[in-house]
Amino acid sequence: MSESHAAAHGHHELGFIRKYIFSTDHKIIGLQYMITAMAMAVVGGLLSMLMRYQLAWPTTLSPNMAKLFPTAFAGGIMAPEFYISLVTMHGTIMVFFLFTAVLTGGFGNFLIPLQIGARDMAFPFLNALSYWIFLVSCVVIFSALFVTTGAPMGGWTSYAPLSALPAAAPGQGTGVTLWVIAIALFSASGLMGGLNYITTILTMRTRGLSMMRLPLTQWSLLITSVLGLLAFPVLLGAAILLMFDRVGGTSFFVPAGVIMNGIAVDHSGGHPLLWQHLFWFFGHPEVYIVVLPAMGMASDILSTFCRKPIFSYRMMVYSMVSIAALSFIVWGHHMFVSGMNPFLGSVFTLTTLLIAVPSAVKTFNWLGTVWGARIRFTAAGLFSIGFVSMFVSGGLSGIFLGTSAADIQLQDTYFVVAHFHLVMAIAPLFAAFAGLYFWFPKMFGRFMNEGLGKLHFWLTFIGAYCVFFPMHILGIGGQMRRIYDPTQYTFLIPQQPVNVFITYSAFVLGAAQIIFILNFFVSIFAGKRAMENNPWQATTLEWTVPCPTGHGNFPEELPVVYRWPFDYSVPGEKEDFVPQSVPATVMTKH
Amino acid sequence: MADGAGPGRITLSGVILAALILVLIVASLYLFIAQPYWFPTLASEHGGRIDSLFMAVLVVSGIAFVIVQGALGYFVARYGENANERASYWHDNPKAEAFLLIGTAVILTVLVFMGQRVWASIYFSDAPTNATIVEITGEQFAWNFHYAGPDGQFGRTDTKLITQTNTIGLDRDDPAAKDDVLSIGVMHAPVGKPVRVRLRSKDVIHSFFLPNFRMKQDAVPGMGIEVWFTPTKAGQYEVACAELCGLGHYRMKAALTVDESQDAFNKWLAEAGK
Repeated sequence: MSESHAAAHGHHELGFIRKYIFSTDHKIIGLQYMITAMAMAVVGGLLSMLMRYQLAWPTTLSPNMAKLFPTAFAGGIMAPEFYISLVTMHGTIMVFFLFTAVLTGGFGNFLIPLQIGARDMAFPFLNALSYWIFLVSCVVIFSALFVTTGAPMGGWTSYAPLSALPAAAPGQGTGVTLWVIAIALFSASGLMGGLNYITTILTMRTRGLSMMRLPLTQWSLLITSVLGLLAFPVLLGAAILLMFDRVGGTSFFVPAGVIMNGIAVDHSGGHPLLWQHLFWFFGHPEVYIVVLPAMGMASDILSTFCRKPIFSYRMMVYSMVSIAALSFIVWGHHMFVSGMNPFLGSVFTLTTLLIAVPSAVKTFNWLGTVWGARIRFTAAGLFSIGFVSMFVSGGLSGIFLGTSAADIQLQDTYFVVAHFHLVMAIAPLFAAFAGLYFWFPKMFGRFMNEGLGKLHFWLTFIGAYCVFFPMHILGIGGQMRRIYDPTQYTFLIPQQPVNVFITYSAFVLGAAQIIFILNFFVSIFAGKRAMENNPWQATTLEWTVPCPTGHGNFPEELPVVYRWPFDYSVPGEKEDFVPQSVPATVMTKH
Repeated sequence: MADGAGPGRITLSGVILAALILVLIVASLYLFIAQPYWFPTLASEHGGRIDSLFMAVLVVSGIAFVIVQGALGYFVARYGENANERASYWHDNPKAEAFLLIGTAVILTVLVFMGQRVWASIYFSDAPTNATIVEITGEQFAWNFHYAGPDGQFGRTDTKLITQTNTIGLDRDDPAAKDDVLSIGVMHAPVGKPVRVRLRSKDVIHSFFLPNFRMKQDAVPGMGIEVWFTPTKAGQYEVACAELCGLGHYRMKAALTVDESQDAFNKWLAEAGK
């Protein structure tokens, strides 16, 4: 702490490498996470473009593609094994290396000390180590794309025995080995981050910042970290067992009597469903590891641009806590038709629909926040409103899938693809965009271009709905997930125009992100300068310090907090916002 | 509640966003009511119950969708920033919160019970004794259908006996196996009579998916999983694999013929057994 004090007062300057590369400053680490995750998102996004290309025109010969990808498009047509490696790598990259990384690693690191009035994280070195291990895991998963025998092909869920037996598909050799290593490293990195966030939020809040005065972003990051701390060890354990099965000759997931390519496999005594139980025991909390920070950030940003307190702060907190607790007892809804005892299906239906209650409460509260607001339609504000719309659209389809009997038909179809993309990819993406437009001045001392930001919003909002909403219809029509060529099935041929429409929409959606990337990187160097500390007239502590914020965060003494973070449009106050660090002048009741 | 607040300003951004949300609502109503693309034709008895359940959930979630998205669109159009006035300062309403919380919980509970009735009718009932029994084994990338034949007895199978032609390792020396019928990629069943399916897999997990029959069940190596259904419409149908099982996953299909009578089915079985 004394060191950061010294740095804050400018007694010594760190060199470029210590300051920006091997930094232990939480803000730099946060930005490292964000920019690494953005690079991974570009890769994951491009993979999905190839998938969409294939799904729209599965049998069309393309000499140009063959020139571009001589092996993957040998003969002018995509190889089926290439397609399933696209599926696998897209899912893995987006779930772990984009969403988990950017929301908790990126925003978590950047915002936690700033919003709780601390100079850094509790364990700055552990924090840096967490990033570097994450970066190694990114390199490992990225390298899996270039394995000569093929990238991993088991889907992001890597169900055993497909993932346990190298002979099961071309990419299941080195490809899956790299996948397992990357996931294990990622889990370790996530654990270090989570431990750090929890300690920091619980012990380093500044004077006056009681738990019930925390911004919802902080609540969401705290709860997410607890989820991560409980869920990632299970994934890590499962990954290690899978590795043993693959290289150590054990049989945790492979039963006796398996015949692969006509050859008996030398395994016995394992059970394929064990992997699914372990994976989803992690995997469902993982959904909320992604969604909760998005909810928290979107809530705070929504309130700021509505110039109105968040509706029912208490219920917002309680609902996040209940979602987190329930998220550990719903995993079986991924396994209704897996061969698991159907009595368990009944139990998991009940718990799954139970978790819909706090989610609905949150939705009502966001509506209550917008009702009677005075909305400032900035790019950040628009994306936070878009988050609510996407979350509602994606959340409602969860009721169909959570109802075990309805899930029989919908399981593993595009209905599921539509559902999870809207609720755990597009909604969090909107929250992340809102966060980037909002906190950009705090990160770089400049603004992103608002006009381009709004254009980016409109195209993304329209594009995302045109891509993911019609997927419900494909799923109802029976189109399975992860199939390379839907036109193989007569019953799917009539709905092929929908696939073509989705693909064109996906290209528009993808192109719209180029606007964002250009805006982001050009604005770092040439954006409009942020001259004031609090350009959005927000209330939380990060807006009391300069843009960008120096080492040690708070140039003078640590701030003292006198109120909750939602004093917008308080009657009788001079301004329509009262920062948390302003002592009470007018009696206001919360 | 909105004490002291004026009417707000209608802004261009607010109106555009509201218009887009309106388009979303209209488009989704069209897709889900006019149903230009919908479920594959229904051909099983329990499938009707699944479809009705789907419709019940659709009505409930559809109403919620229209109300919530509609309210969001209305609010963004109506409550734009106005330089002269402030937003309403209210942020709690315990009665409304309790009402919405309990209301949601009640509606969802009703759906749980409706859903579990259907689930129980499918999974917690034994197949009738007159059912046609088929042992189905998935492998990369084909479905093997095994019938007991006229004696009603399934012959012994052993993975050691698996060859290119004897794909399930049927022990031809077992007397019960003499009249067994093994059919690769082609399944038959008589209309109106329950079909009892025993699912196995030789290698990785597959999923036996009959879109027209609202039937999907994973085939897991090391497990034998039983499900049953009753076809109600004679005709030609497709069997798909719904679980990623390797590079040929997309072409792991089979043909299911629902025969118009038991006789027609028996005739096919006799032909196939030759």
